[in-house]
Amino acid sequence: MPPLLRFRKLSFSEDTVNPTAKQQTTTEKPKRRRAGRCSCVDSCCWAIGYLCTAWWLLLFLYHSVPVPAMLQAPESPGTRLSRDGVKALHPVILVPGIVTGGLELWEGRPCAEGLFRKRLWGASFTEILRRPLCWLEHLSLDSETGLDPPGIRVRAVPGLVAADYFVPCYFAWAVLIENLAKIGYEGKNLHMASYDWRLSFHNTEVRDQSLSRLKSKIELMYATNGYKKVVVVPHSMGAIYFLHFLKWVETPLPDGGGGGPGWCAKHVKAVVNIGPAFLGVPKAVSNLLSAEGKDMAYARSLAPGLLDSELLKLQTLEHLMRMSHSWDSIVSLLPKGGEAIWGDLDSHTKEGHSFIDSKRKLSQSNLHRQNDSVRPESWVKEPAKYGRFIAFGKRASEVPSAQLNPLNIKELLRSDVISNDSTSCRQFWSEYSEISRESIVKVAENTAYTATTVLDLLRFIAPKMMKRAEAHFSHGIAEDLDDPKYGHYKYWSNPLETKLPDAPEMEMYSLYGVGIPTERSYIYKLTTTPSSKCKSSIPFRIDGSVDGDDDIYLKGGTRFVDGDESVPVISAGFMCAKGWRGKTRFNPSGMETYVREYKHKPPGSLLESRGMESGSHVDIMGNVGLIEDVLRIASGASGQEIGGDRVYSNVMKMSETVSIKL
Amino acid sequence: MPLIHRKKPQTPPSEEVVNADEDSQKKPPHESSSSSKTHKKSNGGGKWSCVDSCCWFIGCVCVTWWFLLFLYNAMPASFPQYVTERITGPLPDPPGVKLKKEGLKAQHPVVFIPGIVTGGLELWEGKQCADGLFRKRLWGGTFGEVYKRPLCWVEHMSLDNETGLDPEGIRVRAVSGLVAADYFAPGYFVWAVLIANLAHIGYEEKNMYMAAYDWRLSFQNTEVRDQTLSRMKSNIELMVSTNGGKKAVIVPHSMGVLYFLHFMKWVEEPAPMGGGGGPNWCAKYIKAVMNIGGPFLGVPKAVSGLFSAEAKDVAVARAIAPGFLDTDIFRLQTLQHIMRMTRTWDSTMSMLPKGGDTIWGGLDWSPEKGHTCCGKKQKRNETCGEAGENGVSKIKPVNYGRMISFGKDIAEAASSEINNIDFRGAVKGQSFPNHTCRDVWTEYHDMGIAGIKAIAEYKVYTADAVIDLLHYVAPKMMARGSAHFSYGIADDLDDPKYKDPKYWSNPLETKLPNAPEMEIFSLYGVGIPTERAYVYKLNQSPDSCIPFQIFTSAHEEDEDSCLKAGVYNVDGDETVPVLSSGYMCAKAWRGKTRFNPSGIKTYVREYNHSPPANLLEGRGTQSGAHVDIMGNFALIEDIMRVAAGGNGSDIGHDQVYSGIYEWSDRIDLKL
Repeated sequence: MPPLLRFRKLSFSEDTVNPTAKQQTTTEKPKRRRAGRCSCVDSCCWAIGYLCTAWWLLLFLYHSVPVPAMLQAPESPGTRLSRDGVKALHPVILVPGIVTGGLELWEGRPCAEGLFRKRLWGASFTEILRRPLCWLEHLSLDSETGLDPPGIRVRAVPGLVAADYFVPCYFAWAVLIENLAKIGYEGKNLHMASYDWRLSFHNTEVRDQSLSRLKSKIELMYATNGYKKVVVVPHSMGAIYFLHFLKWVETPLPDGGGGGPGWCAKHVKAVVNIGPAFLGVPKAVSNLLSAEGKDMAYARSLAPGLLDSELLKLQTLEHLMRMSHSWDSIVSLLPKGGEAIWGDLDSHTKEGHSFIDSKRKLSQSNLHRQNDSVRPESWVKEPAKYGRFIAFGKRASEVPSAQLNPLNIKELLRSDVISNDSTSCRQFWSEYSEISRESIVKVAENTAYTATTVLDLLRFIAPKMMKRAEAHFSHGIAEDLDDPKYGHYKYWSNPLETKLPDAPEMEMYSLYGVGIPTERSYIYKLTTTPSSKCKSSIPFRIDGSVDGDDDIYLKGGTRFVDGDESVPVISAGFMCAKGWRGKTRFNPSGMETYVREYKHKPPGSLLESRGMESGSHVDIMGNVGLIEDVLRIASGASGQEIGGDRVYSNVMKMSETVSIKL
Repeated sequence: MPLIHRKKPQTPPSEEVVNADEDSQKKPPHESSSSSKTHKKSNGGGKWSCVDSCCWFIGCVCVTWWFLLFLYNAMPASFPQYVTERITGPLPDPPGVKLKKEGLKAQHPVVFIPGIVTGGLELWEGKQCADGLFRKRLWGGTFGEVYKRPLCWVEHMSLDNETGLDPEGIRVRAVSGLVAADYFAPGYFVWAVLIANLAHIGYEEKNMYMAAYDWRLSFQNTEVRDQTLSRMKSNIELMVSTNGGKKAVIVPHSMGVLYFLHFMKWVEEPAPMGGGGGPNWCAKYIKAVMNIGGPFLGVPKAVSGLFSAEAKDVAVARAIAPGFLDTDIFRLQTLQHIMRMTRTWDSTMSMLPKGGDTIWGGLDWSPEKGHTCCGKKQKRNETCGEAGENGVSKIKPVNYGRMISFGKDIAEAASSEINNIDFRGAVKGQSFPNHTCRDVWTEYHDMGIAGIKAIAEYKVYTADAVIDLLHYVAPKMMARGSAHFSYGIADDLDDPKYKDPKYWSNPLETKLPNAPEMEIFSLYGVGIPTERAYVYKLNQSPDSCIPFQIFTSAHEEDEDSCLKAGVYNVDGDETVPVLSSGYMCAKAWRGKTRFNPSGIKTYVREYNHSPPANLLEGRGTQSGAHVDIMGNFALIEDIMRVAAGGNGSDIGHDQVYSGIYEWSDRIDLKL
C-alpha cells in the first residue's frame, strides 16, 4: 500500500506541474492568449478532476485490499480475557471527567438557530469557526449564579455517546467500552453517568438532578443484574465528582440523596479511579490566572501579538478566560491541601527527579559535564522550589524565602478607582478591569505564591468568581472531621475534608500513568506594554522565555514533575498510597486501597496512533494493561488478585515526607 | 446562482476553440508521442484525450459542487423558511412557539414509547462478517450495511428460531436515549418534531424519556433479556420524584401502545412475573396515556406480512416487475430472506388482528359495512357521498370480514355460495413443491403440495380463521408466538388464567389498572385508504418459494371502489384501520365497563389527513399518516397541553371525523 501511494502521488504531481511549465516555455503563447482565460480554468478543472479520480481510486483500493497481517492490530485484552473465561459480572458505571463529555443545545438565542440538540461541545466543533461569539455566549454560564444564563439551556449529552469519542477518531472511553463489550457488557449493565461538567457538583443535582439519576441508575442496575454490586470507573475530575456522590448519597434527604448509612457498602464493589485529580492539578491555577497552559505559553512566545491581537474581532484568550471563569468546576481542580501537601516557600521535595526518560537523562548528564567545566566550583545548585506555585520572575522562584517580598495579599485593597481603561475593553466581562495597575504591580513584585497563598491571589484577582465557587468547593485540610460544619456539601469533593463511607468491603483504586513531565509550578511576568492596555486585559503571563539552562525540569516558564501530563503523581496517588491506606481518619472503615501505575511508553510508530501503552491523561484509557485491570475487577477479581500495588514513581517516598495527621 | 448559469454555456465552446487551435498548430511535433501514452499527450498541451476530458469534466463537477456546498453553508439558516413563506404565504407558528407565548410551562414528565420498526438497533457482538460495526446502527440511520453485506445483515437482524432471543454469538441491542427514534433515517423524522416543540416550553433530557426497547422481541422477553420494563419503571419513578411528584404523561406510538398496555399490567403484578409495583402504581405515577395511532386490536397488514411477506407496496412492485424480486439477484432471494427474518421476530405477531369475528366481522358482515371509498380527490367528496346513499345497488357492498379470500369472485360471492373444505385436518404432503428454496428457511417447504392446495380450497378466511391458517402454515412460529400473545376475547376477566403475561397486551383480555384519575387518549389520523382485506392467488411461478401472493390484478373498473390491486381498503391512517385504533376508547373502555373497572376517562381524537400542499412543506404539518402524524401540529398541540397540565376536557373532548361510533355500535361485545 504505501509504495503504491507514493508512486501515485508522484505521478500526478508531475502531471500537474508539467503542463504549466511547458506552457510557458513553448512558443504557443500568443495563440493561448487568443483562447482566453478559459484554458486556465480548464486546466484547473482538469487538475482537480485528476486529483479526485486518483483519490477515489486510492480509496477504492484501500477498501478492497485486505489489511496485511503485519498491520492488523494485536489482539485486544477483551478478546483475550473472554477466551480465558472472564465474563461480565458486576455492572459498570463510567464517570467521565471534565472537558471530555459532550454538551448539546436545548434552548438558545436567535444566533444559534438550527443547532437544537446539536453538540456545542465535543464532536467536530465546527460552530466555533462559524459563529465563535455565539458559541462562547452559549457555553458560558451565568457569572453570578453559576447556572444557566436566561434563555440558554445547554445540557450534557446522555448515554454512552456522551464521551466515547471526544472528537471523531479521538477516543475517550470508546476503547474501554469495546473491550467491556467483548466480555459481555451491554446497555443493561454498562452506564455512562454523564453530567454537565461546567457546573459545580452540587449544582448538577440542583439543576439536572444528575446525582439522583446516578443513584437510581445504580440501584436499578444492582437489582436487575442479580444483586451484584457495581464497579464505578471515574476518570479525571469524575473521581472527585464520585467522591462527592459517595458522601451525598448517604446524607439524609433535603441536602443529600437519603440512601442511608449503608448505601455504599450495599451497592458499590469498587471505585476504579483513572488518572484521578484527588488533590487538584496545578494546571487549573494557570488556567484561571491567565487562561493559559503550557502549550498556550509556547505558542505565545513564538508568535507574540498574534494571539493577543484582535484577530477577526475576537480577543481569543480574554474570551476563553471569561468563559472558563464562569465555570465553577475548574475551581474544583485547584490544588487542595495547601502547603502541607504541595510544599511551602522553601520546601523542595524531590518529587520531580524520578521520572526516567532515557533521552533526557542522557542530555542532562552531558549538560552537567559541560557545566562542571565552565562554572566555578563554588557554584551550588539551588534545588528547585516546587512549593512556589507562581513566582514572578525566575529569581523569585529560586531565592531563599527571606529575600522575597513579604506581601500580605489580604491587606491589599481593591482600588475603588476603576482604572482608566479604554471603553472598548469593558465590553466583555473580566474582573481584571476592576483592579488598578498599581496593585497589580504590587502583587507581582518579586513575590512567590504557595498552594495556600495562590488561593488568596485568586481571591484578590477574581473575587466574584471565587466567592461563587467557594460556596461549592473547599481546598483545605480538616482538623477535626467530626466537626458538624463538614456536613456542608462544599467539603464533600475534597478527600482531605471528608471521610470515606463506612464500607469495609469496598475497594478504592488509583490507576494512573507516570513518566511524562507534568506541569507543577509556573514563572510569571507582568505584561508591561502600556499601549496594549486594552488588548491585554490579562495583566499576567507565563514567562515563556524562561528556560532552565541546567535544569531540564524548567522549560518555557513551567516546572515539571512526574505525572501523566495533566495530573502530578502526588495528586493522583497520595490518597490511595497514604491518606486512605489502612484505617485512617479519612478512611475510618479501613477499606482497601490500591495504587497501580502505568509507565508511559510512546507509540512505536505512526500506525499505532495513540499507543497501546500510553500513560498520558486521556490516552491511558487505551492502555492495554489498564483495560485488563478494569475488566478483571469488573468480572469479580479483587485488588489482590490483579496484583496489589504496582508502583514505578516514588509516590510512596513522597507521601512519607508529607506530614499530615492521619 | 446566475453566475453559474452564465458560466456553463460559455465553457464548452471556448474549449473547442482551444482544441481546434492547438490541433492545427501542434500536430506535427507530437505525432510520434501521441501513439505511445495518452496522458503524456496532455503534458505537451496537445489535443485533449478522452481521459483528460473525463478528468476535466469531473473537475468541473467537483468545483461546481464545492461552490454550491459553500453557498449552502454560507446561506443564513432562515433562508429556506424565507423562500417557503414567499411562495406559500406565512407559515403558522409551530405549536411550541405558540404555546410558549400563551405561557405554558413544562409540568409533567413525558415518556415516549416508540413503535415497531422506528427504533434504532445497534450491534454489540457479532460474527466475523460484521467486523468494525461495533455500536454502529444496523437498523435505522443510513442502512448502509444492507447494501454492503446483505446476508450478514440479515443474519444479524434475525433472532433465534426456537427461543425468539439472540442467536449464539450475536447481540443486537436497542439504541438508548432520545436518539433511538428521533429520526428513523437521516431527514425522516419520527419523534424529532414533537421533541423540538416540547423543548420550547422547557422540556429537556431530565423530564423527557424515550423508553427504547428491542422491538423484535416479544414484550415479556424484553424484560427477560434486557430488563427493559424494569428500567422503564425505575425511570418513571425517578422522573416523577425529581419533578416534584408530578405524574408522568405517556406517549406511545403504534406498537408502543400495546407495549405500554403490557407494562401497565406487568408493573402491578407481584414480583416474580411482574414488576411488584403494587395495585396503585399506575394511579400514583401516570397522569395520562396519549396513544398515537394505536393498533389496539391489531392490523390486517400483519397478516399479509406474515403470510406472504408482502404489504401493499411490495405487492405492487411485484406485479410490475414479476420475477425481479423472486430471482437470485446478488444471490439474495429478497422476499424469502425478508420473510425468514421477520418470522423470527415475535413482535410482528403482537399485531395480528385480535378479537376474531366479533370485532373484525364474519363472512357476511363487518362493522364497517357500507363504507364507501371515495376517490383520492377531495373535491369529489360530495358526489361520492351521494352515490353511496342512492346507489347501494351500484356499489357492491364489500365483505371486509373476509380478511383473506382466494380469487376476487370469492371475495364478493354470498356466503351460501362458498363451500370451503376444511384445511385444518389436511395432511401435509411429503413432496416438496420446490427444491431450490431449501437453503432459505421458511416453513413453507414443510408443507407440501397437498397442504397448499388445502389452503387455497378453503377459499375464505375471517379473522378467527386467519389465526388458524397461520398456525397451519407456520406451526413453529405460531407455537413460539402464542406463548407470548393471545388474540381472543375474555369471557370472564377474573379467570386466574389471565394472570399469564401473554394476555397482557390484548386489551380484550385484560382490565385497565385501577386508576380513576388517569386518562386514556386515542389520537390517530383518518382519511387515508388503509389495508383491511386481501385477495390472494396461488403463485404458479416455479422459482418462487412462497406459494401465495396477493392477486394484484383484482380491481374494479369503478374508480371509487375500495378494491385496489388486490387489497380492500377502509378509512384509517394508512396502516391502522380506524376500527383498531378507535374502538377501545370509543366504546369498550368508555365509562365503567368490565375492561375498565375503575372508569378511566377515555377520549378519541381524530386528525383529518390533508396532504402537504407542495414539496416545500416536506411531510406536511397536517398529515394523518401513521408516522407523519407525529409532525401534525394539531396533535402536537394536544400533547403539549396535556403535558403542561391540561386534561381531556381542556383540549376539547372527542374529535371525530370517521364513522367510528356507528361501527363500534355494530360490534356485539359484552361490556
